[in-house]
Amino acid sequence: MTTAPEKTIAAKDRLVPGTPLLDVRDLHVEFKTRDGVAKAVNGVNYSVAAGETLAVLGESGSGKSVTAQTIMGILDMPPGRVTAGEIMFRGRDMLKMSNEERRKIRGRKIAMIFQDALSSLNPVLSVGYQLGEMFRVHEGASRKEAKAKAIELMDRVRIPAAAQRVNDYPHQFSGGMRQRIMIAMALALEPDLIIADEPTTALDVTVQAQVMDLLAELQAEYHMGLILITHDLGVVADVADKIAVMYAGRIVETAPVHDLYARPAHPYTKGLLRSIPRLDQKGEELYAIKGLPPNLYKVPAGCAFNPRCDVATDLCRTEIPALHQVTDRDGAELAGRKSACHLWKETLHG
Amino acid sequence: MAEPILEVRDLVKHYPLTQGVLFKKQVGAVKAVDGVSFTLEKGETLGIVGESGCGKSTLAKVLMNLERATAGQVLYKGEDISRLSGAALKAVRRNIQMVFQDPYTSLNPRMTVGDIIGEPFEIHPEVAPKGDRRKAVQDLLDVVGLNPEYINRYPHQFSGGQRQRIGIARGLALKPEVIICDEPVSALDVSVQAQVINLLEQLQTEFELSYMFIAHDLSIVRHISDRVGVMYLGRIVEIGTDTEIYDHATHPYTQALLSAVPVPDPTGREGRERIILSGDIPSPANPPSGCRFRTRCWKAEERCATESPLLAAPKLLTGGAKHDSACHFAAEREVAGAAL
Repeated sequence: MTTAPEKTIAAKDRLVPGTPLLDVRDLHVEFKTRDGVAKAVNGVNYSVAAGETLAVLGESGSGKSVTAQTIMGILDMPPGRVTAGEIMFRGRDMLKMSNEERRKIRGRKIAMIFQDALSSLNPVLSVGYQLGEMFRVHEGASRKEAKAKAIELMDRVRIPAAAQRVNDYPHQFSGGMRQRIMIAMALALEPDLIIADEPTTALDVTVQAQVMDLLAELQAEYHMGLILITHDLGVVADVADKIAVMYAGRIVETAPVHDLYARPAHPYTKGLLRSIPRLDQKGEELYAIKGLPPNLYKVPAGCAFNPRCDVATDLCRTEIPALHQVTDRDGAELAGRKSACHLWKETLHG
Repeated sequence: MAEPILEVRDLVKHYPLTQGVLFKKQVGAVKAVDGVSFTLEKGETLGIVGESGCGKSTLAKVLMNLERATAGQVLYKGEDISRLSGAALKAVRRNIQMVFQDPYTSLNPRMTVGDIIGEPFEIHPEVAPKGDRRKAVQDLLDVVGLNPEYINRYPHQFSGGQRQRIGIARGLALKPEVIICDEPVSALDVSVQAQVINLLEQLQTEFELSYMFIAHDLSIVRHISDRVGVMYLGRIVEIGTDTEIYDHATHPYTQALLSAVPVPDPTGREGRERIILSGDIPSPANPPSGCRFRTRCWKAEERCATESPLLAAPKLLTGGAKHDSACHFAAEREVAGAAL
């Protein structure tokens, strides 16, 4: 090898699974618009370690994508504004870093995969050029080196005949292949953390299975942390280690994956799980959470979910519930389980 | 069995591919729908599943006569409607209505809800005489669970789920017998999907509607459908009752599709066997010879390339599945998706 060691992918330190990577603490983001102030994120806490998959589950408008964009540092400001909170990445608060420092982390340490691969890729540049750009910009590679790296990456995400297709343009690839290119781009600099925002929502189920498989394989190989943002309860059940459920800009429940599906501790989570059509309910009415997701300009007082909740009391209508540590019947703490519900005990045990 | 309300026979829709500017020469065709047959009984829900590009939306358009069929017949109560035009077509269309996928683009933003739902009455004045229209629209709003006072509002003042209700109300306005729902809930939030599905089921009972329910969400299709057809590259590859398709699938594509659906339950996920298909769906402009699924099929043999399998009850089958399956080697197999 003639290239300098810092330029080669293999020379990079492998992550040790379990190393804490990201810790988001009490993050608040709001948007100032003509219609008023939209409080998109109202106190989000979550953390991810190396080798771990955190699924952030929520409906549109729950703040899951805004949180991710804030972590990534790609939120449009203005109108967006971070009003409080910390985003600790490997022990340092990214919100206090200079733009220069953040740029070094973006792409190199934290990378993002977007939902719509076709609109995230530049239609007038070949995919090889766009993949190679990562190496040219971040590592000062020559055009030739960059192209070789691009082919290597396309191989790694299993795009058939990579060497022949490297000069093709995005529209010449199918949806699944384009999403592989997005994954390749995110992987290019071997980041510690990948944020995947609805990576398979635009794909068919058979292709979705291929892409999720690929992500899992790559994660097992590189031990990167993965934040998977989705609304699909099926995908979450398949790949997540732990889950954070968001509603109206808040985390309403966090739990390890098996606990969440077996015994949810928040009425919203419970409602979502109950509204999945199940075999034994054929011909019966589906359980439906009543009402609509809240308007972010006027989030209901107290618990934001209270107008749609089956068990809401007067307390829920006035006081915002804290994120309680969940315990079992004997009062022993359940690891990783929290619920922002005044009635979490009744929800979990009742 | 009573006469089916809708019967489709060997329906074909090809979109010509042309070359040249002045003298257009046909150089091929996108075979979007290529020989589809099925029946729809009164009061029944037929689910159609398949991946994007399999022709399920084109099928809906041809049934509605929004696109002219290239060949084949669509029999509505025994009468072929695929060749109708003018007044005769207009009369038939009253009875077959459609609910579209995207409630954001299928409602005109410059019309009030009252005008949108009332527009079918302009075309078919015999259903609601002019003086009664406002009342008729308000009744429809009430039926789909919207406040009748919202009649003068515009679509942007409603959420996605509410807009879909408006689309359903418009579909109901002419008291049709058949409603074709093309992905009616896929643009909606999870917590709102169940509300719309419940509404559709409740309306079906109330008005004795027949649904053709096109969707890619297999668990929702199972919930709502009496029978299910699976489409691949313009053809139905397997069709049967919901139990036959979901629990006793015999076509490899159906099995792969079922096993690819993520099950919303993490229990036992490590041991779950998945059939991961390689490659993508081939282009409908140039489909594979013989069986169209053979390029991605693990069972494919020489015979599959030469001989196109018919959609029929498999003869040599152990296990007793009797529903139609278009595979030379149809056989049941345990698949993970059976837990749906």
